[in-house]
Amino acid sequence: MPIEILMPALSPTMEQGKLAKWLKAEGDRVKAGDIIAEIETDKATMEVEAIDEGILAKILIAEGAENVAVNTPIGVITAEGEDASAAGKPAAKPAEPPPAVAGEGPKEAAAPKAESAVANPPATPKSYDASSEFPAGAEIVTMTVREALRDAMAEEMRRDGDVFVMGEEVAEYQGAYKVTQGLLQEFGPKRVIDTPITEHGFAGIGVGAALTGLKPIVEFMTFNFAMQAIDQIINSAAKTLYMSGGQMGCPIVFRGPNGAAARVGAQHSHDYAAWYSNVPGLKVVMPYSASDAKGLLKSAIRDPNPIIFLENEILYGRSFDVPKGDDILVPIGKAKVVRPGTDVTIVSFGIGMTYALAAAEALAKEGIEAEVIDLRTIRPMDIETVIASIQKTHRCVAVEEGFPQSGVTAEIGMKIMEAAFDWLDAPVARVTGKDVPMPYAANLEKLALPNVGEVVAAAKAVCYRA
Amino acid sequence: MAVAARKTKAPATKAAAKATGKSGSAKGGADKGAVKTLSNMPNFSKAEELHAYREMLLIRRFEEKAGQMYGMGLIGGFCHLYIGQEAVVIGMQMASKEGDQTITGYRDHGHMLACGMESRGVMAELTGRQGGYSRGKGGSMHMFSREKNFYGGHGIVGAQVSLGAGLGFANWYREDGRVSMAYFGDGAANQGQVYESFNMAQLWKLPVVFVIENNRYAMGTSVSRASAQTDFSRRGVSFGIPGEQVDGMDVRAVRAAAERAIEHARTGKGPYILEMQTYRYRGHSMSDPAKYRSKDEVQRMREEHDPIEQVRGRLTREHKVGEDELKAIDAKVREIVNDAAEFATHDPEPDVSELFTDILLETA
Repeated sequence: MPIEILMPALSPTMEQGKLAKWLKAEGDRVKAGDIIAEIETDKATMEVEAIDEGILAKILIAEGAENVAVNTPIGVITAEGEDASAAGKPAAKPAEPPPAVAGEGPKEAAAPKAESAVANPPATPKSYDASSEFPAGAEIVTMTVREALRDAMAEEMRRDGDVFVMGEEVAEYQGAYKVTQGLLQEFGPKRVIDTPITEHGFAGIGVGAALTGLKPIVEFMTFNFAMQAIDQIINSAAKTLYMSGGQMGCPIVFRGPNGAAARVGAQHSHDYAAWYSNVPGLKVVMPYSASDAKGLLKSAIRDPNPIIFLENEILYGRSFDVPKGDDILVPIGKAKVVRPGTDVTIVSFGIGMTYALAAAEALAKEGIEAEVIDLRTIRPMDIETVIASIQKTHRCVAVEEGFPQSGVTAEIGMKIMEAAFDWLDAPVARVTGKDVPMPYAANLEKLALPNVGEVVAAAKAVCYRA
Repeated sequence: MAVAARKTKAPATKAAAKATGKSGSAKGGADKGAVKTLSNMPNFSKAEELHAYREMLLIRRFEEKAGQMYGMGLIGGFCHLYIGQEAVVIGMQMASKEGDQTITGYRDHGHMLACGMESRGVMAELTGRQGGYSRGKGGSMHMFSREKNFYGGHGIVGAQVSLGAGLGFANWYREDGRVSMAYFGDGAANQGQVYESFNMAQLWKLPVVFVIENNRYAMGTSVSRASAQTDFSRRGVSFGIPGEQVDGMDVRAVRAAAERAIEHARTGKGPYILEMQTYRYRGHSMSDPAKYRSKDEVQRMREEHDPIEQVRGRLTREHKVGEDELKAIDAKVREIVNDAAEFATHDPEPDVSELFTDILLETA
C-alpha cells in the first residue's frame, strides 16, 4: 500500500513551515532512515527521514513551497511496482492560507486551527492597531515578535558595550526559540554567552555582574526553569538596592518564554506573572505585540533596575506592524487602550490579549462595544488607564492565563475596588487559567486555558446581557 | 595548624604540608618537599606585623563591642560575630590590590572593616540608624560599599558564591585586571550553586578566589556531620580548580596562600580555592549557646592558636616591640570602637520617609 509522507512538526507549536529542499527525486529508492527532505521555519531547519522502505513514487509538494501545514502529505512511498496514484490525491488538500494579519509575512503565523484540539489562542484580529503610539513618519515594517525581540537586543548591544546576553543555547545554537538568532555572529562569544544548564548559578553570575554596573540580559529557556534561580532573582537582584541604602543598583533583564505553550505539560506551562509581580524591587513586563515587545525590551535594557520580561512561545511567531528606529521605546509602566469602546472594559496582557481582542470582536457583533486595554507592564501597574476606562464603561472583565488565586486579575479587581468602587455598575469579573496543573491531553489542556467564549460570557454577565 | 589538630595527632604540620604539596603555582621552590613549621612560615616585616595586629585587633574589639551592644538591646535581629577568624580576611586583604572586590555571607563585619569601611557606619547599621552604610535598611547581614568594592553582606547561604563569580565575570568582561574574592563557610560549601559557579568560573577562567572559611561548624553542625568530603580544598578537583588548605589562624600563612591564589586568578588562569582552617570563638549568632562543642575545645583554640596573640608574640619576641607601643595601639583601637559605638547609639533612626526610598532607581 502506498505510504504518504506527511509534513512533520518541528515543535509542539509549529503549524506550518517551508519545504526547503528535496534530497531524493521521484523514482529514487529509499530505505528507513534515509534523509529525504529538509524543512524549515523561522526557528529551525530539520531533516525529514524516511520511515519506510520503497520508492519515492511521487513528490506532492515541490521544494521551495512556503506555509506547508503540518500533516499535509508531501510525498508518497510505494513498494516495488506499486501504483502511487491512489495515494496523495484525496488527502492532498492544500493547506489553508493563514488568516489575514495586518501585513502578514511568510512567517510561522497564527494558523487556522482555532477549532482543532490544540489549545491555541485565536489569531490576531484585524482590528488590532497599535499605530497610534508610533512616532509620526516612522517607517513601518512587519515583523514577528521573535524578530522584534532580537532587534531590540541587537540595537541595544550596538548602543552600549556593557550590554551582553547569556543563557542556555543563546549563542551557537542561535537560541532555543531562535530569539537570539544572529547575535553571536554580530557580537561575538564574549557578549553572547552560552551557559551550562545551571540556572541558579548563571542567574547569580548575571546579578553579580550587574551589581558592578554591567547590563546583562539573562535568557531563561523558559521561566519554568527560572524557579531554579528565583532566589537570586528575588533575594539578590530585587532586594539589594534597598538593603544597600540605594548604593547597589542591579541593571539586569531576565527574559524568556513564560506560560503555556502547547502540549508541554505542567512543568513547562506555568505563568509566573503573578509571582514576580508580588515583589518590590522588580519591574515585570509582559508584552503582546511585536512593537511593544521591541519597545519594552529596549526600555528594559536601558532601565537601571532588575526587569522580569515575560515572553510567550506562541506569540513568538505572530507578526505585527513595528515602527523602525533605534530610539523608539515603549515606556515601562504604561498601559495602552488598543480598542476603544463604551460598554465594558476588558483588561489583559501578554497572550491574554488574544482572548480579549477576539472577544471584543465577537461582542461587537452582538452590539456590545468593549474597550480593550493591554496592561503591557504588570509591575508597576498602570491602573489609572484602567480606571479612566471604567469611568466610561462602568464594567470590567480582567483576563489572564495564570492561575486564579492571588493572580494578576485578582490584583486588578482589588485595585479597581479600592479606586473606583463607586464607578462600577457590576462586580469586576475575571477569566483565568483553571486552578489545576496544566494537563497534557489536548482536550484537557484546552479546557485548562481561558477561551474567547468565557471572556464573551463574562462581558455579557457584567453588562447584564444574556 | 590549629584546626588540623582536631583531625590528627600531628597538628603542626598537616595543613602546611598540604599547602606546599598543592601549590603548583607557588612562588619559589624553597618550601618544596619541606614540612612547613612556624619557623619557616613566610616572614612579615615589622611594619606588616604591626599592620596585621592593628587591623585584626580592630575587628576583635569591634565585634566584642557589637556583642555588648546586642546584649544591651541596641542591636536587633541576627548578629554573627567574626571573633577568632580575623586572620583570614586580614591576610587576604594584605595580598589584594586596590579595585579587587570582596563579597561574603552574613558573618560580614570583619570583611567590611578589612575593606576600609568606617567603623561608625558599620556600627550604626548594626543599630539600625540613619548613619549606617545602608541607612539602617540592611542591618548586620546587609551592608555594601561601592567605594570600597565591598559587595555585601548576603543572608542566603551560598548566594554570594555565584554573585562573587559574577564579580569575577565583570572583571573578565572588562579586562580590568581585578580579582574578586568570594568568601563562604564550610556550611555554604555544600550548596549546589557553589558547584555551578565553580564550573562556570573555571570554564570561562574567571578571576575569582573562592575563600572557604572552615570554622568547623555550620551553625551547630560540625563539618564531619555535614560533609562527605571534609577537605574543602579538594572541592574544585572535578573542575580542575587548584586548592589549598591554609592555616587560617596564622595571618602570614593566609597572606602567602592569598598571594598565590590572587596571582593565579589575575594572570588569567581562572579561579582558585583556599580552604581557611579557622575557628569562631562565639556561637553562630548571638542567640547560639554553642552547646555542640566543649568549652575546652574553645579554650584551647584561644590559648594556643589565637591569630592576634600569635602576632603579638612575634612583635614582642622578634621585633622587640614594647608593651607600651602595643598598649598604645590597643588604646587607639578602643578609641575608634568606642567612638563608633557612641555614634551608633545616638545617631537617629532613619527618617520614616526612608521606608519608601531605594526600592527602584529612577529611569534615566
